[in-house]
Amino acid sequence: MASPIEQFQVKPIIPVINFTNSSLFMIGAAAVIVGGLLYATRRKALVPGRAQSVAEILHDFVANTLTDTTGREGMKFFPFVFSLFMFVLTANLLGMIPGFFTVTSQIVVTFALALLVIGTVIIYGFVAHGLHFLHLFTPSGVPGWLLPFITVIEIISFLSRPISLSLRLFANMLAGHIALKVFGGFVVSLGTAGIGVALLTPLPLLMAVGLTALEFLVAALQAYVFTVLTCIYLNDALHPGH
Amino acid sequence: MADPTKRSDENERKPNGTDDADLSSRLKSLDARISKASVQRAEDEPRERPKSDPNAIGQAFRYSAEFVSGVIAGGVVGWLVDRLFGVSPWGLIICLILGFCAGMLNLLRAAGTVKPARHDDKK
Repeated sequence: MASPIEQFQVKPIIPVINFTNSSLFMIGAAAVIVGGLLYATRRKALVPGRAQSVAEILHDFVANTLTDTTGREGMKFFPFVFSLFMFVLTANLLGMIPGFFTVTSQIVVTFALALLVIGTVIIYGFVAHGLHFLHLFTPSGVPGWLLPFITVIEIISFLSRPISLSLRLFANMLAGHIALKVFGGFVVSLGTAGIGVALLTPLPLLMAVGLTALEFLVAALQAYVFTVLTCIYLNDALHPGH
Repeated sequence: MADPTKRSDENERKPNGTDDADLSSRLKSLDARISKASVQRAEDEPRERPKSDPNAIGQAFRYSAEFVSGVIAGGVVGWLVDRLFGVSPWGLIICLILGFCAGMLNLLRAAGTVKPARHDDKK
């Protein structure tokens, strides 16, 4: 009986250059995105075909999410946000194929993505606003003796953003895949336990089917949540004054 | 599904001037409408922040992550303070408490109970 966390093991494929199954699926996700979008936009038709409509819907969806949160000037971050959204979404959905490795269930990967977001926010904030960016940590209308505490709390709250961003995606993917595997394991162990117990087998099987549907929802939803929070943090970098 | 190749075939079969003129005038009016719509969108201010999680389990995960990450960030800061200034264990104790406060703040902000901090430009 395979352990439910065996699916998260990172195994080297080419040990010489540290090429693991995780690297393989990251490259796979990037290849699926690039290949799919190139295929969809190969004929830039005025009236879009099926594939081109999907590409246009994805583009408009991310563009609307970005402009709704950050306004018109946020569009300069569009390539960044679109790449993040597509990578997380594709990695999550690739992980739903049985036997495939889920890249986003590794906290190293999600934390690296979150650091990328926060690094962009900090660097752009300082470049665009200089020291005015530090006003993010000093809310107005606070009594003077309370200000040092509030500032420290605000700084810790800011530092917790990459942690919460990465933790949420990682925990969702990890928990979902473990739950799927556990219920799948129940089917096998009940089925082989004996005649009477084997009658109960359909129950965890039904549960596994339901969980699979839920996992597809979670995969898309978490990619969306990651994108929305990225937009909210970028909004702080664009407008630290309010 | 409209096939663009079929359309161009049709155009080639009867290449009279009125069709072309009609098409170009329709394209022109479409261009005008698109530019009008995009100007209108540019004028729009950033709207209210959207609720990111439409379903309950997503919300539960979001809130727990907000709170836990505040405590973890406080713990990491405290540990670094201890390492850098050698004031163990006070840095960890104080920063964990502050991290707890930051986690609560994150949680209340995520739930929308506390408004996001307002900052004054004049100060």
